[in-house]
Amino acid sequence: MSCIQTIQDYGLRAIGIGERLLPREDFTLCQQFTLIGSGMIWNIYFGVLALLLGFFFATALGVGKASQNRWIRKPAEWFIFVFRGSPLFIQFFFGYFLFLTLKSNYAFFDPFTAAWLGALIVLFFNTSAYAGEIFYGALQSIPKGDVEAADAYGLTGWSRFRRVIWPTMLRLAWPAYTNEAIFLFHSTTLVFLSGFPAWQQRGDALYYAQYFADKTFNPFVPYPILAGYFIVLTLIVITTFGVVNARLNRHLPQGQRRKIRLRPNLIR
Amino acid sequence: MFANCVDPDTLESLQWFACYLTTGKHMNLYWSVLTVLTLLGITAPVALAFGFAGASAARSALAPLRWIGKTYIAIVRGVPDIAFFLFFVIALDQAIEYLRHRVLCPEVLEPVRQGNDFVVCQAAKMPLGNAPQWVHESYGFAIAVLTFAIVYGAFAANVLFGAMRAVPQAQLETAAAYGMSTRQTFWRVLVPQMWVYALPGLSNLWMLLIKATPLLFLLGVEDVVYWARELGGTKTPRFTDYPHGDWRMWYFLALLVFYLCFTRVSEIVLEKVMARLTRGQATSGGEAQRRAAA
Repeated sequence: MSCIQTIQDYGLRAIGIGERLLPREDFTLCQQFTLIGSGMIWNIYFGVLALLLGFFFATALGVGKASQNRWIRKPAEWFIFVFRGSPLFIQFFFGYFLFLTLKSNYAFFDPFTAAWLGALIVLFFNTSAYAGEIFYGALQSIPKGDVEAADAYGLTGWSRFRRVIWPTMLRLAWPAYTNEAIFLFHSTTLVFLSGFPAWQQRGDALYYAQYFADKTFNPFVPYPILAGYFIVLTLIVITTFGVVNARLNRHLPQGQRRKIRLRPNLIR
Repeated sequence: MFANCVDPDTLESLQWFACYLTTGKHMNLYWSVLTVLTLLGITAPVALAFGFAGASAARSALAPLRWIGKTYIAIVRGVPDIAFFLFFVIALDQAIEYLRHRVLCPEVLEPVRQGNDFVVCQAAKMPLGNAPQWVHESYGFAIAVLTFAIVYGAFAANVLFGAMRAVPQAQLETAAAYGMSTRQTFWRVLVPQMWVYALPGLSNLWMLLIKATPLLFLLGVEDVVYWARELGGTKTPRFTDYPHGDWRMWYFLALLVFYLCFTRVSEIVLEKVMARLTRGQATSGGEAQRRAAA
């Protein structure tokens, strides 16, 4: 079987298109590359959606935590504390069993026990909490002069937030937020290891890598392939966020612009 | 555990829970908390040692040693740590068995890897097939500890490497001016001063490590996650005196709270340590302490 044939059969296997059965013996390198790559669809799906949705919620959480009103501040603080203080692995398990319990009482929760929705919600809350803390920190370090200048121009309320505070907050938070995005993509590998079933063996990249490692009893091929895919994904994330970073900093003189370092911190 | 637990059907709900939560299996759950703490207790210093070795290697004047150090630091970034966990557990196991196979059974000439099988002679099996259960369990645990130490050692190496670079250059130059050798400068000036710069990163790492402990479950150790799944599942009256529905949600909620308390306590302790280490340092934190005291 040629490699192109394999790609046609298994390239979209992770979303249920193509050959139904996974290869069982005589695993070729091409099969491993194709299936693990096909699993990356899920990693990207979870990562991109959780980031996009989480961005807005995180802004709300960051602003909420910085609020003077304790009825807004306390819930935001607790939400961030709960999701940052406990392991994502346990959150996945708890979320899954919570949805399972709800499902047995209300038919509405039927789709929530599937990974595509349930795990996405857990990831969405998790990344919102981490990014919310980052945004909160950035809000605290907005230069006093910027806010005073906005006041002097007569900007108040929403327009002051929209035109001065929010862009500055994003600019200051962006390097740390890039780091969070990378971590989020890494966390997506936990989904199918933590309760959420891989329906009809439609799993993520790590699911297939583990499948091959279990079948061939040789970890030295599938895991490096997985690592390669993730390094590429990380580089794409860094490049994309770098473009946004350049745009956020475009008004600053060259020397003051903060570059995103290619070696992200492991601070999360 | 309690004398009146003999016939659970007759108990009031509060007593029922007291009896239920002290059954033999629940004792296993409580013991597995100790497993988690043991893992943290052993892994943290070992990972720190790995990190220290990695960071020192990355600063070495010897090029090959420097490359090894830098590769070690770089390797864990960009790739999910979970992939490393799953990889190292099998890889370490196979490496150990392969080495034992070469040493103990030199007469076997067939390759170890035959198709999809990994074949070593009986004497090279680790642990031996006839070894008691506790050997199997502690071997699995040891492999898990080593895996954690390797992965988080790379994280620690990253932090310590940064901290070593953060020590003011003038300090090292002064040491050189006093006639200290490179080695003396390293041990007497650089290492004592780097901790205050390393501590924020290391506290962060400690938090990451705490939050990584449930992954022990993936390495095949019977830890809190394993027992929570076991105990929480639906129990029918046929097999147990304490039948109940699917309580896994509540067990994992309890685990969630446990980890929250654990991280909160760690945070408070680490803040205290940071305050202690900052005392008398020429940093803005140290300056603030001096002002507050005056």
